[in-house]
Amino acid sequence: MTKLLSINEFDKISKKITERQDFNKHIISISSGTCGHASGSIKVAEALKQAVKGYEDKISIKLTGCHGYCAAEPNIIIFPQKVFYKNLKPEDAPNIIQSILKGEIIENLVIKENGINYTHIDEIPFYKYQKNILIGDNPLIDPKNIEDYIAIGGYKAFSKALCMRPNEIIEEIKKSGLRGRGGAGFSTGIKWEVASKQKSDTKYIICNADEGDPGAYMDRNLLEGNPQLIIEGMIIGAYAIGANKGWIYVRDEYPLAVKNITINIKQAREMGFLGKNILGSSFDFDIQITRGAGAFVCGEETALIQSIEGKIGDPRQRPPYPAQMGLFGKPTNINNVETWANIPKIIDKGADWYANIGTKTSKGTKIFSLVGKVKNTGLVEVPMGITIKDIVYNIGGGSPTDRKIKAIQTGGPSGGCIPEDLFNLPIDYESLKQAGSIMGSGGMIVLDEDTCMVDFARYFTNFLQNESCGKCSSCREGIQRMFEILTDITEGKANDTSIELLEELGSVIKDTSLCALGQTAPNSVLTSIRYFRNEYIAHIKDKKCFAGVCRALIRYKIDKEICTGCGVCKINCPEGAIVGELKQPHLILQDKCIKCGICHDNCNFNAINLDV
Amino acid sequence: MPKIKIDGIEFDCSENSTILDVAKILGIDIPTLCYHEGLSRWGGCRLCIVEIGRDENTKLVSSCTYPVQEGLIVRTASKRVINARKMILELLIAQNPTSKVLQDLASKIGLKEVRFKPKWETCIYCGLCVRICKEQMMANAIGFVNRGNKLKITTPFDKNSEDCRRCGACMYICPACTIRCDGPNPESVLCNGCYNALQPTCLEVYDNFSCWMGLKGECGTCVDISKNQKNK
Repeated sequence: MTKLLSINEFDKISKKITERQDFNKHIISISSGTCGHASGSIKVAEALKQAVKGYEDKISIKLTGCHGYCAAEPNIIIFPQKVFYKNLKPEDAPNIIQSILKGEIIENLVIKENGINYTHIDEIPFYKYQKNILIGDNPLIDPKNIEDYIAIGGYKAFSKALCMRPNEIIEEIKKSGLRGRGGAGFSTGIKWEVASKQKSDTKYIICNADEGDPGAYMDRNLLEGNPQLIIEGMIIGAYAIGANKGWIYVRDEYPLAVKNITINIKQAREMGFLGKNILGSSFDFDIQITRGAGAFVCGEETALIQSIEGKIGDPRQRPPYPAQMGLFGKPTNINNVETWANIPKIIDKGADWYANIGTKTSKGTKIFSLVGKVKNTGLVEVPMGITIKDIVYNIGGGSPTDRKIKAIQTGGPSGGCIPEDLFNLPIDYESLKQAGSIMGSGGMIVLDEDTCMVDFARYFTNFLQNESCGKCSSCREGIQRMFEILTDITEGKANDTSIELLEELGSVIKDTSLCALGQTAPNSVLTSIRYFRNEYIAHIKDKKCFAGVCRALIRYKIDKEICTGCGVCKINCPEGAIVGELKQPHLILQDKCIKCGICHDNCNFNAINLDV
Repeated sequence: MPKIKIDGIEFDCSENSTILDVAKILGIDIPTLCYHEGLSRWGGCRLCIVEIGRDENTKLVSSCTYPVQEGLIVRTASKRVINARKMILELLIAQNPTSKVLQDLASKIGLKEVRFKPKWETCIYCGLCVRICKEQMMANAIGFVNRGNKLKITTPFDKNSEDCRRCGACMYICPACTIRCDGPNPESVLCNGCYNALQPTCLEVYDNFSCWMGLKGECGTCVDISKNQKNK
């Protein structure tokens, strides 16, 4: 790679790379992020590479980042026709290559929904309702090759930005209405403006890639699939703010992301996008990677700064804000991965184009990780203002079983749940806040009738009692006490005042904690009480768990009419709690039963069921 | 010089001071626990919270760390502040019922009931010992380990530290080391006695609130006689 010394040279290279592309050649793009690896994409890729031998002039194979459709992993997209094949096995490889050469489509590998076959990616319901501005480039890019990124118009935004004055860039970002994608939703343009106005010879920028929410992986997907987009966004930001050094704080639990971003920083340096006198200008900038050690709280910006400085990752008082006094006491601008990824797109296509997407207060698109009790799990990028119903039913395809969907948890452990009757709510920062939840970084967990809301709140409270930094007594002790009370409720030991105490405690934790972790920690408890109070009351007063999750409150019962007395349950019971003669209806001894459910799972006649 | 309004009093304060500094100058009492004049500000116990802002944009902040800004409006004893403070103290006392400092604070702000199961732990993680060891004794022998519910204060790897000179500063400053007297009811989580007994009393009877300042026992100097008698 040659180092580019001016914008002119970049334009030439960019043109050359774009022209070199052969649009008649078939490209098989294999979804190969961490999720793909887990479901066997590497084996599929190996098989495809074997099968393609001899036809390399007609077909090429590209290992890319995740395509978003996790339920269909390992999947491939065949360009230029954009044919989508799902759930592949290595054995399918020769057929796929032959079918491409013959121009055919393998019907049993395409997506089928409600009896209709969807061959092309644009027709598939999962993709049809999305607006893929950020993750849409993933299938086109080999994340280990900067040229792929330049081929689809990469670094055009930066070369455009370099011809603008820094304050013009900030104005553009302000005009676009972009808000922080890390959760709080603060205006990015204003944040940049504050940082740029600080008088200091040294300023820093940070990319927050410490994504710790259980079940959320938007940032990982971007870092793995399109790292240059984030690097370009950071370079533009650094130029606008006047920073010369940047950090990417990424969790060490994302090895592939760390690997890809390291390769890409090196390539960007070789091409001259990082380093001294970038593209012949007087602007210097370089990026360093810091790997996080796994504390959830280090995603909070002040704790993250402490962690980069080598101190214990606990939050500190704001003000002074990081923009005034941040990393090593210097003005620092921190943005989330997804926020940085939006920057090149805004500069390239203009603020007006961006501001046209979304609602009045929330602009652009947002990536959500749609997981839980839904058919099509995966990453979805949707314009702001789309309703939850659209995401869950149109994109997600609704419940995979016959159980009804009853709520959705947004914003990870710090977010709240939203019940099914509010699914017409448009997704934007304000509406979600009003409903008691938050946008968060974009986790979406779908819950159905098999989920007990008390147990669910208890799960997240347990996560947070482990992950609170422990500095504020209200957050540390308060969350532990909430967990204690919730455990009592699930075990049927709670009393009538428990709900009121939870509500009071929750509001105090929200009010008095220093950082966003504590301020949002009670959300899952408070919203589940707000929308599913009846479940709490049923646990406390009637000692009943409708979902059949809380072991202390459920009982298994053998239906005498159906039981054939085969004795399978009796053999499998680990506690010897089932008695009965062969060919006579059996009986469960409730005082011995530990409610493990093994008898229920093993009964061939569905005679053992929950007695709710 | 920033001008702030604290409990209705307008005050020109010096740059770089915190809300707590101003309150001290004005004689406004804000209970503190992890704060110490000779140490850096930590803001962990959250007992010194005050309410700032106006109308819908009010929020609670820790006064010991929050820097004064031009036009800041502070209320140190609003209902929201008092309730939150009581809940935090309730949490702390449930964690460590044997600390005299906490019991005195409870008497002072009128905490009547602890609704959580007592843990009978010995540390409340206020971090005073860590800071005095580092900042005043220059030893850096102890520090926080782990996080969340596994948080503890100890020497590196739980081993005898070579940096520790056995100066005892950590014990001197520890609010949990001063153990409350067993009193009439040693198993009780809340004793509600000592603080009041040590204070001069302006009036003997708490119940009829015939305080010459028109307060209803909020200043904490009156003895709650009825409560004491009940305990006995």
